[in-house]
Amino acid sequence: MEFAELIKTPRADNVALHRPFYPAVEGTLCLTGHHLIFSSRRQDNAEELWLLHSNIDSIEKRFVGSLGTIIIKCKDLRIIQLDIPGMEECLNIASSIEALSTLDSVTLMYPFFYRPMFEIVEDGWRSFLPDQEFELLTSVTDEWRLSCINKEFSVCPSYPPVVIVPKSIDDEALRKVAMFRHGSRFPVLSYYHKKNGMVMMRSSQPLTGTNGRRCKEDEKLINATLRPGKRGYIIDTRSLNVAQQARAKGGGFEQEAHYPQWRRIHKCIERFNILQESLIKLVEACNDQSHNMDRWLSKLEASNWLTHIKEILTAACLAAQCIDREGASVLVHGTEGTDSTLQVTSLAQIILDPRCRTIRGFESLVVREWLQAGHPFQQRCAQSAYSNSKQKWEAPVFLLFLDCVWQILRQFPCSFEFNEQFLIMLFEHAYASQFGTFLGNNESERSKLKLPQKTMSLWSWVNRSEELCKFQNPLFEANSLVIWPSVAPQSLQLWEGVFLRWNRPSKFLDEAQEEMISIIKYNKELQAKVNALRRQLAEMETDDRMQENL
Amino acid sequence: VENVRLLDRLSSRKAALGTLYLTATHVIFVENGSEGRKETWVLHSQISSIEKQATTATGCPLLIRCKNFQVIQLVIPQERDCHDIYISLIRLARPVKYEELYCFSFNPKLDKEEREQGWKLVDLTEEYNRMGVPNNYWQISDVNRDYGVCDSYPTEVYVPRSATAHIIVGSSKFRSRRRFPALSYYCKDNNASICRSSQPLSGFSARCLEDEQMLQAIRKANPGSDFLYVVDTRPKLNAMANRAAGKGYENEDNYSNIKFQFIGIENIHVMRNSLQKMLEVCELKSPSMSDFLWGLENSGWLKHIKAIMDAGIFIAKAVAEEGVSVLVHCSDGWDRTAQVCSVASLLLDPYYRTMKGFMVLIEKDWVSFGHKFNHRYGNLDGDPKEISPVIDQFIECVWQLMEQFPCAFEFNERFLIHIQHHIYSCQFGNFLCNSQKERRELKIQERTYSLWAHLWKNRADYLNPLYRPDHGQTQGTLHPRMAPCNFLYKFWSGMYNRFEKGLHPRQSVTDYLMAVKEETQQLEEELEVLRERLANLQKSQLNDYKVPSKQQDRSKQFGLSTSDNSLANTPQEYSNDLKSFPSRSPSQGDEEDSALILTQDNLKSSDPDLSATSDQESGVEDLSCRSPSVGGCLPSEDSGKDSDEAVFLTV
Repeated sequence: MEFAELIKTPRADNVALHRPFYPAVEGTLCLTGHHLIFSSRRQDNAEELWLLHSNIDSIEKRFVGSLGTIIIKCKDLRIIQLDIPGMEECLNIASSIEALSTLDSVTLMYPFFYRPMFEIVEDGWRSFLPDQEFELLTSVTDEWRLSCINKEFSVCPSYPPVVIVPKSIDDEALRKVAMFRHGSRFPVLSYYHKKNGMVMMRSSQPLTGTNGRRCKEDEKLINATLRPGKRGYIIDTRSLNVAQQARAKGGGFEQEAHYPQWRRIHKCIERFNILQESLIKLVEACNDQSHNMDRWLSKLEASNWLTHIKEILTAACLAAQCIDREGASVLVHGTEGTDSTLQVTSLAQIILDPRCRTIRGFESLVVREWLQAGHPFQQRCAQSAYSNSKQKWEAPVFLLFLDCVWQILRQFPCSFEFNEQFLIMLFEHAYASQFGTFLGNNESERSKLKLPQKTMSLWSWVNRSEELCKFQNPLFEANSLVIWPSVAPQSLQLWEGVFLRWNRPSKFLDEAQEEMISIIKYNKELQAKVNALRRQLAEMETDDRMQENL
Repeated sequence: VENVRLLDRLSSRKAALGTLYLTATHVIFVENGSEGRKETWVLHSQISSIEKQATTATGCPLLIRCKNFQVIQLVIPQERDCHDIYISLIRLARPVKYEELYCFSFNPKLDKEEREQGWKLVDLTEEYNRMGVPNNYWQISDVNRDYGVCDSYPTEVYVPRSATAHIIVGSSKFRSRRRFPALSYYCKDNNASICRSSQPLSGFSARCLEDEQMLQAIRKANPGSDFLYVVDTRPKLNAMANRAAGKGYENEDNYSNIKFQFIGIENIHVMRNSLQKMLEVCELKSPSMSDFLWGLENSGWLKHIKAIMDAGIFIAKAVAEEGVSVLVHCSDGWDRTAQVCSVASLLLDPYYRTMKGFMVLIEKDWVSFGHKFNHRYGNLDGDPKEISPVIDQFIECVWQLMEQFPCAFEFNERFLIHIQHHIYSCQFGNFLCNSQKERRELKIQERTYSLWAHLWKNRADYLNPLYRPDHGQTQGTLHPRMAPCNFLYKFWSGMYNRFEKGLHPRQSVTDYLMAVKEETQQLEEELEVLRERLANLQKSQLNDYKVPSKQQDRSKQFGLSTSDNSLANTPQEYSNDLKSFPSRSPSQGDEEDSALILTQDNLKSSDPDLSATSDQESGVEDLSCRSPSVGGCLPSEDSGKDSDEAVFLTV
């Protein structure tokens, strides 16, 4: 298919661009296969706006006489308005944008066409390989092994080719366990807590069904992660009720009788359309321009967004608490083990493991616990808060995770190497990107699409010093300890950086940020100067002494 | 009383066993244990209510709520003891004479001269001079010399030059409690001013020539403008109701060239109830997100804060942008009027955003103009219906502005919290009584100390590290956003959940930056020393041949002293230094929560060092004496996890 067929009017002049807090700008609008480009003609401050079609969540058109207006709502929550003179042009442009922003085929997406303009120092596709992760693990324990059982994605389609499992469990047993778990997602290692050797595993629900099926290998596998005499916790991210209902559909939960060393705890983390609805309501409330604040708090409350944040964080804190404080191993799962499970396991690692609070460590966490672990990004992030199509599989699961990370970052502003911008950047790229990283739903799909060969990795771009410096937290001081966030309602706040990003002027806050950076920068410069002088003095003194001795 | 348990509000399992002492001024709880550090001190004057709850198997619970938003839950083993304490506290918390208040016994060990010096720190005559009055348009009137015209006004009042004593007295007779229009803020650049008064006694049709002349005089004192705004900060309905009682508001037809404007700020009773509702939300045990947001919305608190801000913004805009003078009043002109005038001044004049300027502002708009501190904050036993968080709301408005303009204020959040604390503490004489007249009669300045001197002495703790006098945000008028305003105003947990440290960010950016700045200063000094030394050394090398031995000696000596100096600044030391600041929190969140009850650092008001440094130090001590791996104890500083533990136990 040629993109040109979809672009009926590639260019329109005298278009006015309206954005909140900026004066309207007049300029030229161009459509290309992947971008909407607006450039103002004014000489004094020529300005260009590039918008990926894939970033467009929905468009609306309105007509007043022959002046057409298109309102474009983006997945990054921005809303812009274009006034286009000429009914036909406007209609053409609107329908082109609509077609281009809803292309079916992944291979038509921009990452397959994008040619990087920067020098690639490190191939991001090879930055975070499971072997490296395993190597780190073997330096502290030898109880685990790397299994290639899923090499051709033959056992579990949503797992990566290699996974880490207890050494005492062979591939044959794994195959049997896979039969017993939803989507074949058998329990694998998610995190090893060096401090006390406790582990966090993740899987999907067991297929016990109504008649209480059991699987000896499954029990053996889970028990293999326990130290003699120790107990463990199974954190089920569904309420007991939901878990019980799942039995009717062949799913279920671990029966205490068959897993006597384990205690099951049910937490209730919502899924799918409930989360999507919540996002839609929240964004609606945030975009409300009315002048009274009468109903702001009740709208915020009604969206339930912060309730979800609280639930997810609480479950993650609980998992971390079991591991670090109770000295117990933990298995986390929900139904499929691809959404709430990953929220919990990845947040628990941020609480427990200082490495995950560095830029590189966090990237590695996203790769391990989200991309390789088979979070279906393409389905979940197909639409954002403005979409009309209510597909069942769209849900802001990853955005909720990022929001939770932001909440912890806000409570521990000096313990993270990255800043808020880094999290916002990941949010943007998960929904629309020139990079292939978040395409596809799992490693199997990515490998079929040959993404590493055909597209550029987000990490190749981010991990260059030019970009990195934008994402560094000036306040960062390595903190090797476990950080326990508060989940009380008073401690949780709306993430303004994302939800109010386009409807609040941030000048004063940006200035504060700059001031902060310059205070720290000046301090570092002084330190360098003082050290240099000290060295110089020391040298001169030795020279002096030597002279004297001569 | 021994064997008393102090309950942790957030988790019932963690109660501290200790001894309760009642002194003439404080309730003191000392926790049993090797270290005597864990003490909780509460000033009697901070106690807002005491509640005796039904006796249980473990003892008799006593709930003490404080005006600085601390809530203390004690369980006393013997019912009789509990009753005795209850009775004593009720008496102690409600003194009937000013002499019983703590400030008359508080002695920070300063001599007389220092005390006098302290009271001179804030000088209102100087402040009016700074504004540029007296001048061609404004003068000091001595009409209220002996509080003869208005007993709740100061003796020195600034009025338009054209307003004769006859006009002032005439106008005062037409105003509630004789609070005639007087100058609050004067804008040098355009002659526009903010004046304040009480409501006119207009009833349905009464008028007063002198009052009309008074407003005329105020308008004429601003030659650049041909009209005057009259802002009534009450809801229109309230103002109209007042007419039936012979009070009311200005009729535009009777006054030449005024524009009349209502701005609906609710009265003290509505505000008191609103705070009450909000505090109930804060007190909820492990509330859900919905409970919290609903409760906050229902309390209406943030809506009221917005109303006050809106009024201040309106006036600041009139003065700065339109160059029009404004007369502000409410009913008596001592609550809402004080709030609104001070918010407007703060927006208009960068001086009031400095530490010194803020003290001046409170002294000017609140203390001198007869804000009834004693009644509003219940220092002496009085009518509970008079109590209302009027200045608390103003202080919160300042905090809300600080959130929007992080670089615009010289002081930090702690400064505001400590001022709020001392408005209720009665440890200093500043906020005693209901008027200047009463304070003079009590000889407050001779018998008590000034809070401002105390805060000024510790000003390093109250600095906002992001403030720079030459920063763009510091200059000129602040223009807060009006719309979309829905999310502009936030819940201030730093104030209302002040004593629940577990709820706050565990690392403070402010403290971190302050530590960095302090270190920067040391580095600057050291750099100077090093440069000097280098220059000396270079010189000495040149002069080596002339006086070798002597020079050598000197530089050696010098070297020693600087190496000492440098030792204090090695990178290692730096990281230690830094650790000691953010680590009041970092990470050891779990350790932190054991320090939660350790509130005496903020509370020990008998210690003049009511500063954050002690707080941090204790935080650090705490961390050092507990290894992070004291297993067994669960991190339960937050309610959420508490409930999980419940699951833990029941599953």
